[in-house]
Amino acid sequence: MIKARLIPTVLLKDGRMIKTKQFDSYRDVGNPRTVAKVYDAQHADELIFLDITATTEERHFLLDVVTAVAEECFMPLTAGGGIKTVAQARELLQHGADKVAINTHAVNDPHFITELAEKFGRSTVVVSIDFKKNALGVNEVYTERGRKPTGLDPVEWAKEAEKRGAGEILLTSIDREGMMNGYDIEMIRAVADSISIPIIASGGVGKISDLVAGLKEGHASAVAAASIFHFTDQSIFKAHSHMKEAGISVRR
Amino acid sequence: MIVIVDYGLGNLYSVAKAFEMIGSPAEISGDMSVISRADRIVLPGIGAFGDGIDYLSRNGLDEVIKKEILVNKKPFLGICLGMQLLADIGYEYGEHKGLALVSGKVRKLEVGEHLKVPHIGWNDITFSKSSPLFKGIKDGTDFYFVHSYQFVPTSKDDVVATTLYGETITAAIQKDNMFATQFHPEKSQEAGLTLLENFVNWNPTT
Repeated sequence: MIKARLIPTVLLKDGRMIKTKQFDSYRDVGNPRTVAKVYDAQHADELIFLDITATTEERHFLLDVVTAVAEECFMPLTAGGGIKTVAQARELLQHGADKVAINTHAVNDPHFITELAEKFGRSTVVVSIDFKKNALGVNEVYTERGRKPTGLDPVEWAKEAEKRGAGEILLTSIDREGMMNGYDIEMIRAVADSISIPIIASGGVGKISDLVAGLKEGHASAVAAASIFHFTDQSIFKAHSHMKEAGISVRR
Repeated sequence: MIVIVDYGLGNLYSVAKAFEMIGSPAEISGDMSVISRADRIVLPGIGAFGDGIDYLSRNGLDEVIKKEILVNKKPFLGICLGMQLLADIGYEYGEHKGLALVSGKVRKLEVGEHLKVPHIGWNDITFSKSSPLFKGIKDGTDFYFVHSYQFVPTSKDDVVATTLYGETITAAIQKDNMFATQFHPEKSQEAGLTLLENFVNWNPTT
């Protein structure tokens, strides 16, 4: 039986691991390599690295981190942040990433999704979707790290991404990111129920029961979290065992 | 010397690092002469069936691999697409001839409507047979899978492990000096490294 995946998200800026709240108020939380080793030892099911370094000339950090982590962590790794070309994706995949996550450039040029899927297989392509409530109170997809409204509806964009070759959707609520008051279950379920590829829920986990809700009520295939593993005493071990008690199939 | 065949696809780096980790450094190469000098051959791979087989045949690597497996009886490990390419035929984006080293076909997963495809994540494998490659690994251990197609061998005899995801999926096959997995040992933490170690110690002819 397939196991629900528990995925710590590692946010990167200038080669360091950081934490944000609602995509803002940065806080340095450590060396990504060290953190990755801890997650690996605790049997995290996968790791996601998202680089939010603003300047393109500093982009090599993502590749450096993935390469270093892949040297000692023999587990699935997903890498994203500023990927705009097939060559960038290839380089990450050749240095230890199993999947690449694309976001802003997928919206700007949706054909890029297809291009990557045809080149590397669709199971390699994660389309990352960030959304928040706009001025009208309607959920809208934002790109450029939450700065640019796109006019896209998250459910419709997820369906379009699937059609174009995405193998998986990483869905992040900007409003809830770093707030530790739970996922946007409604939106996760709306997306999960309208696509036939797996969805990774992200943004808002503050307690272990939030993870369970993301899977059971949100119908997600995988649950991502960050703050809970940094700012509380909850470990991957504890999360796995609570998920198991809640009747979710997890790794032994 | 272990050679990891470089055919432009897949996560060769992780496979190489995994062999390094278990103390058996491997060389990554797409060079025919290097591959024919290898003691053991590993064919990894992520990507599409057609692209994979095209690259191998365009560069003459298909013939070298076949010769080293069939004539020189070298231990061979296929991973993911590297397993699927052993088949006679693959149906991913059209119809493509495979290496025809293990009789069978590669078709899209038929998991039913309620399950998501690709099959991504950790799933437990059930041994259908004992294998020296499973030494130290318990029946029911979870391995990491990421795929949308599966290898259906003509003879059930070639299947050594299966997993369940809406349907029974071939998780590992073994035939003569060939062993191959649909899952990724290089991404399956301790159990995966154990399997790679078993491959390094495997002497199929004895």
